[in-house]
Amino acid sequence: MIIPLDLALLFFIVVIAIAAITTKDLLAAIVLLSAYSFLMACVWVEMNSVDVGFTEAAIGAGVTTAFMIAALSRTARWEEK
Amino acid sequence: MSTEKRIQERDVVIQTIAKLMIPFIQLYGLYVMVGTEGAGGGFQGGTVLAASFILLVVAFGVDKGRMKMPEGWNAVFKSLGLYLYAGVGGLLCIIFSLGKAEYLNYCAIPLAKIIGGPATRGFWVGNIVEVGIGVTVMAAFVSIFYDLVRKEEKKEAKE
Repeated sequence: MIIPLDLALLFFIVVIAIAAITTKDLLAAIVLLSAYSFLMACVWVEMNSVDVGFTEAAIGAGVTTAFMIAALSRTARWEEK
Repeated sequence: MSTEKRIQERDVVIQTIAKLMIPFIQLYGLYVMVGTEGAGGGFQGGTVLAASFILLVVAFGVDKGRMKMPEGWNAVFKSLGLYLYAGVGGLLCIIFSLGKAEYLNYCAIPLAKIIGGPATRGFWVGNIVEVGIGVTVMAAFVSIFYDLVRKEEKKEAKE
């Protein structure tokens, strides 16, 4: 467990989470959530739990992004003000 | 047809990379399900298998995806996984434990007396149960994705 790498990953996770909930572009929010899941998978792998890590990478970054983009294609892209 | 036109416009780089990647993704999913000694990994392996089919649909379009993985197979795979799980877990153990009904006790089958309990649980029976879980998870994810894509197609056909 490398403490500076851990802190950097957690810092980026917080920044990406705040960006994902404040943006008005829903496609950008989906891509930011995908990046959030990928960094979360990096954190899991870095904490020596590879099993949880690649599950997070497969579900969070892969399948959920495809589902959300398929759902977004049926609604509007921009959030109403 | 607008769908044929959209298929012809697809990128050759994405299609070639998807063709190269999909067999390895599926092999990795199978390895996660049955390759390791311990229990667990059915849900993860099924998710990786579902991700390979979703990559196929994303790269080649819904029509070719339906050719490779028809929607009717989803119900078959879901039922097959449930039958594998419940059959191995319940039926075999109820039969082989002579009416004591030890549900999900995999050491109750006679194979455990020959090669030992943990080996039976880990290698033989656990792997079949994990394949059941993985097949069900794969079919569920693929059917959710097909449902989302199909409604989009209907909306486009109305327009």
